[in-house]
Amino acid sequence: MRAFSYERARTPQDASIAVARTPEAKFIAGGTNLLDLMKLEIERPRHLIDVNGLGFDKIETTQDGGLRIGALVRNTDLAAHERVRRDYGVLSRALVSGASGQLRNKATTAGNLLQRTRCPYFYDPAQPCNKREPGSGCGALQGINRQHAVIGASQACIATHPSDMAVAMRVLDATVETLAPDGKTRSIPIADFHRLPGDTPHLETNLAHGELITAVTLPRPIGGAQIYRKVRDRASYAFALVSVAAIVQPDGSGRVAFGGVAHKPWRVEAAEPAMSRGAKAVSERAFTGAKATEQNAFKLPLAERTLAAVLAEARA
Amino acid sequence: MKFDTPATTNPIDKLKVVGQPTDRIEGPLKVSGTAAYAYERHDVEPKAAYGYVVGAEIAKGRVGSMDLSRAKSAPGVITIVTAQNAGPLGKGNYNTAKLLGGPQIDHYHQALALVVAETFEQARAAAHLVEITYVGEAGEFDLAKAKDGSKPKPINGSPPDSKVGDFASAFAAAPVQVDATYTTPDHAHAMMEPHATIAAWRGDELVLWTSNQMIDWSRGDLAKTLGIPKEKVRLNSQFVGGGFGGKLFIRADAVLAALGARAARRPVKVALQRPLMINNTTHRPATIQRVRLGAARDGTLTAIAHESWSGDLPGGKPDSAVHQTRMLYAAANRMTATRLAVLDLPESNAMRAPGEATGHMALEVAMDELAEKLGMDPVELRIRNDTQVVPDGASEQGSAPKRPFSQRQLVECLRTGADRFGWSARNPRPGQTRDGQWLVGMGMAAAYRGAPTTKSAARVRLDTTGVVIVETDMTDIGTGSYTIIGQTAAEMMGVPLASVRVRLGDSLFPVSAGSGGQWGAASSTAGVFAACVKLREAVAQKLGFDPEKTTFADGQVRSGNRSAPLAQAARAGELVAEDQIEFGDLSKTYQHSTFGAHYVEVGVDPFTAEVRIRRMLAVCAAGRILNPKAARSQVIGAMTMGAGSALMEDLIVDKRVGFFINHDLASYEVPVHADIPHQEVIFLDETDPTTSPMKAKGVGELGICGVSAAVANAIYNASGVRVRDYPITLDKLLASMPLRA
Repeated sequence: MRAFSYERARTPQDASIAVARTPEAKFIAGGTNLLDLMKLEIERPRHLIDVNGLGFDKIETTQDGGLRIGALVRNTDLAAHERVRRDYGVLSRALVSGASGQLRNKATTAGNLLQRTRCPYFYDPAQPCNKREPGSGCGALQGINRQHAVIGASQACIATHPSDMAVAMRVLDATVETLAPDGKTRSIPIADFHRLPGDTPHLETNLAHGELITAVTLPRPIGGAQIYRKVRDRASYAFALVSVAAIVQPDGSGRVAFGGVAHKPWRVEAAEPAMSRGAKAVSERAFTGAKATEQNAFKLPLAERTLAAVLAEARA
Repeated sequence: MKFDTPATTNPIDKLKVVGQPTDRIEGPLKVSGTAAYAYERHDVEPKAAYGYVVGAEIAKGRVGSMDLSRAKSAPGVITIVTAQNAGPLGKGNYNTAKLLGGPQIDHYHQALALVVAETFEQARAAAHLVEITYVGEAGEFDLAKAKDGSKPKPINGSPPDSKVGDFASAFAAAPVQVDATYTTPDHAHAMMEPHATIAAWRGDELVLWTSNQMIDWSRGDLAKTLGIPKEKVRLNSQFVGGGFGGKLFIRADAVLAALGARAARRPVKVALQRPLMINNTTHRPATIQRVRLGAARDGTLTAIAHESWSGDLPGGKPDSAVHQTRMLYAAANRMTATRLAVLDLPESNAMRAPGEATGHMALEVAMDELAEKLGMDPVELRIRNDTQVVPDGASEQGSAPKRPFSQRQLVECLRTGADRFGWSARNPRPGQTRDGQWLVGMGMAAAYRGAPTTKSAARVRLDTTGVVIVETDMTDIGTGSYTIIGQTAAEMMGVPLASVRVRLGDSLFPVSAGSGGQWGAASSTAGVFAACVKLREAVAQKLGFDPEKTTFADGQVRSGNRSAPLAQAARAGELVAEDQIEFGDLSKTYQHSTFGAHYVEVGVDPFTAEVRIRRMLAVCAAGRILNPKAARSQVIGAMTMGAGSALMEDLIVDKRVGFFINHDLASYEVPVHADIPHQEVIFLDETDPTTSPMKAKGVGELGICGVSAAVANAIYNASGVRVRDYPITLDKLLASMPLRA
């Protein structure tokens, strides 16, 4: 871990400005991912701005009956929130399938969206990784990539996004609210929040430097059976090989997003009209253009089968 | 005390304390966080400086250049140890690769430097400023490729090949055959406490508070490595947070802490960083195993062959995966072969039940495959081929009569388990049983593990207040050594356990068997038994009683109609007795072994092929169980580890670079609570007077043998998919699962 300076922001605007004016500054909230990465010198911020005191820790109903989740709401609190459990079950289920109880107590809503890949080459500073050291190459592409992306990847990076929560938010059409250093706010649809790796896998979101997430809003509830199914190599405390976040309406229509398959939560709206025709039809469309490796090719049938399991559960 | 005739009735047989399910005596310290492990010995060295290890970033080659200038000038840095400035270093008898590398590099994350600083954070930050360039060389990292150039290597001191009868002809003639190849991956010990050491020099004497299973081996190896007399080295491992074979030997933490302390002229503490542990320390090697079984139609085995290939660094040892195949089933024609390939991966070495753990993963699945081909129940197949003599005995002892097992209750284990588990409800046709959406199946396996004993010494004191104090360098790696040693002394001296203090893990104490190879419990308690026999004599003498006719019970010493409180014997001064148990030829006359049977029920998700274990049962026949509570903990821990190697544990090799990529506990997955269901353990009533005066054996390694095979067999029974490549992750099942959408 490199030596760094630390300040507690007094206002959101101060926080945003403080990061913007320091090239190697970062926000810190729960720190469950950032601190680990700092110890390994994968993250090397010179300055940390602690945003924990900024008051973004409330969950409020919006005017249209949706939900506004403060950026600092802890994963545990969000998963347990009465309205989340009642109206956005897929989100609650996704949250509790991630990490461990201790981590969820600390991890925040915004931090969860911003967590970084668990690719082992990213985690070993002796190995090439374009995400960690742009231009150094990708260790996984020709190496061990069983856990890696099967769609939307590039020659520069085949990492996946590790979040469960983000997959549920994607299927719920959440919006990320931010504050820029100049005081302007914007609302970024979650679909546009995370990036595909392309030639710049070190850029994982469309946030500008210093732009601070203040909240995530969910539109008014749409009902339906809300299911999050996470498939992994052990029963708990592991990242998804494949996950499915689905909302299935009584008439068989619905929405679906996949986790563990791409650099971002993977949702193809054009595939969703096929929901009533079953998992095969949906996955064929959702994974058009998929490019699996020998090691991770199983993820494609697994995604279809997991969706089939979810649809069966929704019908039951 | 020489143990060379079978034990007769002795004070242990009273079983007032020994044999009782007893809470571990150091438990309150552990659950309250007050048991100080090596890195936490602030009580002895409150001002140690901190060392941080720099590991090699290539698998093979040499250091081109090493620039320490930035690191040396970093805040708080005291010194940096490298091979350049450490002076000449030897290599321990039990180490294969050097513990401080450079300029030559033998494996990934081999230690190249230790940065010592005032604080841990300073040492870590400075370690990242050490600038090293490398000159890489091509290496061999792929066992499947290196297999062809492999060489015969002895296992456990016996020849690499064994042959009885004519395997080839018998196998060719057998009406029912199995010929299958199984692969097991490299495994990490993944113990909770990393290797850690505080080192301090007292003049020319070195003291290490470290985490180690074998105090005397490691004392000798440290002395040899540093080139100092063994007497000048003291080791203390009062608590060890898990070892599983990974701490049988000194590792880089111990050597580097000693070198760092010498260079810094003050105590230095080093814990191996978790991301370094996997590639810096030892691991269980991957194996490729071919098993061939030939049987008559009635299930009688006529031919057994087991060949195993594993790899290690030059000068290393093979995995002894064939071992149980020489012991478990009768068959007139048999062969085993062990081959070792040279690999440039980190050092292979012992891990819980080395050999048998991997060997059962092949043999006991092959037996399941044979049972299916025969249309025979897998339990009955094993019973049909039971033997009361060592079936490979002829190869070991020429034409001498075959050696009997001292105790062999394999059949009883199998039958008891089948009965208790409800085995008769199993549908032998795979893929037929449903519970809700789950495909459900049952599997079983036999379990075999040797019961070696080795000499072990102890000192026993009776202090002036009547408290009995035991001192031995035996270690407690979480197994319960403290408690069973205390129970032994309490039984022998006729006092409650509360009147016994146990001091372990210090080279100031008499040399014990140590913790390894499942020999610790039986051997170390026998050493305490021997010392207590001497102390009883001293007590009787002091009280003027006839030692032959003196009994010890309820804190009283009695002889004829005279009696005195035990404490009275030490009123004028502490009594001290020391002895060691030495084992004669009984283990040559008899084969000492432990046996078991594992039964497992799994569910397989028909959509995703996720496997969930639903029930586990182990039945063990392992001599006298000294503490059923501690023994049960050992067995359920081993069953958990077996579940891990069946389902998920896998050190994944990047064969281009030559290292295990999943080098932390997030990516090397071991079972979590949610993976482990209800576990039941049954110990058969057994005392073995030929093993030791305690009539005991060990269970810590027996518990893992066969577990993974039982899981694999249950998966097959549930899903109809046979996977011969461990771990059995869902991707290996998926393609063969019927789609039930």
